Amino acid sequence: MCGIVGLLIKKEPLRVHLGEWMVPMLIGMTERGPDSAGLGIFSKSLPVGRRKISLYSGLTTAGADFNWTGMRHHADETLGISSTIQHCDNHAILTFVGNPEPVKHWIHEHYPAVHILSTGSSIDLFKDVGSPAAVVSRYRLGLLQGSHLVGHTRMATESAVTPDRAHPFTAGEDFCLVHNGSLSNPYGIRRMLESHGIHFDTDNDTEAACRFLEWRLREGDTLEEAIQKSFTELDGFFTFLIGTANQLALIRDPFACKPAVVAETDDYVAIASEFRSLAHLADIQNAHIFEPAPEEMYVWRI
Amino acid sequence: MENIKFDLKATSVREINKFLHHEIADGTAPKITIENPDGAHNIAAGLNVNCEVEIRGHVGYYAAGMNQHASVLVNGNAGTGVAENMMSGRVHVRGSASNSAGASAHGGLLIIDGDAGLRCGISLKGGDIVVGGSVGSFSAFMAQAGRIVICGNAGAALGDSLYEAVVYVKGHIKSLGADARVEDMTVDDHQALESLLNQAGTSYSTHRPSDFKRIASARSLYHWNADANQEY
Repeated sequence: MCGIVGLLIKKEPLRVHLGEWMVPMLIGMTERGPDSAGLGIFSKSLPVGRRKISLYSGLTTAGADFNWTGMRHHADETLGISSTIQHCDNHAILTFVGNPEPVKHWIHEHYPAVHILSTGSSIDLFKDVGSPAAVVSRYRLGLLQGSHLVGHTRMATESAVTPDRAHPFTAGEDFCLVHNGSLSNPYGIRRMLESHGIHFDTDNDTEAACRFLEWRLREGDTLEEAIQKSFTELDGFFTFLIGTANQLALIRDPFACKPAVVAETDDYVAIASEFRSLAHLADIQNAHIFEPAPEEMYVWRI
Repeated sequence: MENIKFDLKATSVREINKFLHHEIADGTAPKITIENPDGAHNIAAGLNVNCEVEIRGHVGYYAAGMNQHASVLVNGNAGTGVAENMMSGRVHVRGSASNSAGASAHGGLLIIDGDAGLRCGISLKGGDIVVGGSVGSFSAFMAQAGRIVICGNAGAALGDSLYEAVVYVKGHIKSLGADARVEDMTVDDHQALESLLNQAGTSYSTHRPSDFKRIASARSLYHWNADANQEY
């Protein structure tokens, strides 16, 4: 099954409420996805040249007690960077100036059990196993601020219940995707992408869709062009929510096998698998509520 | 027990449905109002007694499913499978309905004032459906008996593998499914359509039966044809 939610706040002063408004949406999708939950959230871009990497320590032996400060010092010494780290439970955000690729490579090499969740200048990514309510409280997701987010509650069908197989999936920078459904040709997509030198972290089907779309964007496609190609390349059931630094996109497979409802007001665009995750939103009585059509592209910009 | 009110903020769906299933005496025909549905699933599913239920707001999956005898009004939108497997009675959605509305309904009348999603009336077994707006792709798929009236447009593959159900469409049909074909409207079709539009309510009186097309099965799939090469 799985549940997905998306929220974009249109008015700058209201963006302090992004996390707070999202929490009941995500928890509302618990019955659709009780085993894991996650969130990709976009806020104001860091100053030019700065990058941040969301990291997960739940797969290390130290777990939530992982020595993040030690890792940061180690990184600064060997990479000659001046980084900062901010952590909460299994999660940390490492911020620094410069190219993120050598930093990621160094983390893989020296801390192979630390999982890299996301890279970019505006994305922070949180995901873990456990009920949506548990994940929300573990990482204090209700306090997050930003312009838009995509969230996911997982009921695993295509790969194991582990933190790295929870959604959202990311690829490249400031790009993430959540998926309700299952793909029937993920291995074909993977083989094609691997021949282009693209590396996969997990055996999850959604990761194939995520890396396919990000690959098309890197090849110069607009988000709309990349999505159009995904309709011909990806086979299976899907409702996707895609987040980039300034866009939130929604698509459904041609058979509309997986649900989605959109509610839009002057203040926000809210998307969920079902209306019950939108019912609590302010001014929902006056929202324009509609079911997105299959094989149509819906893209909102901040 | 003439007028009974429930608030889903205070009472669970299970408790309300338990009341609707067990506490309504035959012949009393009470009017029941349900507030704050907020997209909950299975509201007023499995009713088997003459009563009127009004749900004030949007409902989730399978609202008024398996309905018998009752008249259920949804003052909002409905999620997947509204009135699925209805046996008799009447279900009226004032807003739009999601996928598989009226799936496999054996009897009764489902009215959707707005649009219906994909697979509306899939495997219909004798119920009637009137849609004020448009329906999505694969509607009336393998429908066996009953009538579907579509006052707006129909999506792709309308009536794929139809049996003996009949579909009436006023607007544009994106494409017909395998073995479905447009047929001439007969006098009986005009009468049936007029009666269904009347039953659907006064807002449907602006539609004239002569503006509708009849879609029914060409029956070429009824018998296996080895020479058809999967083309029908």
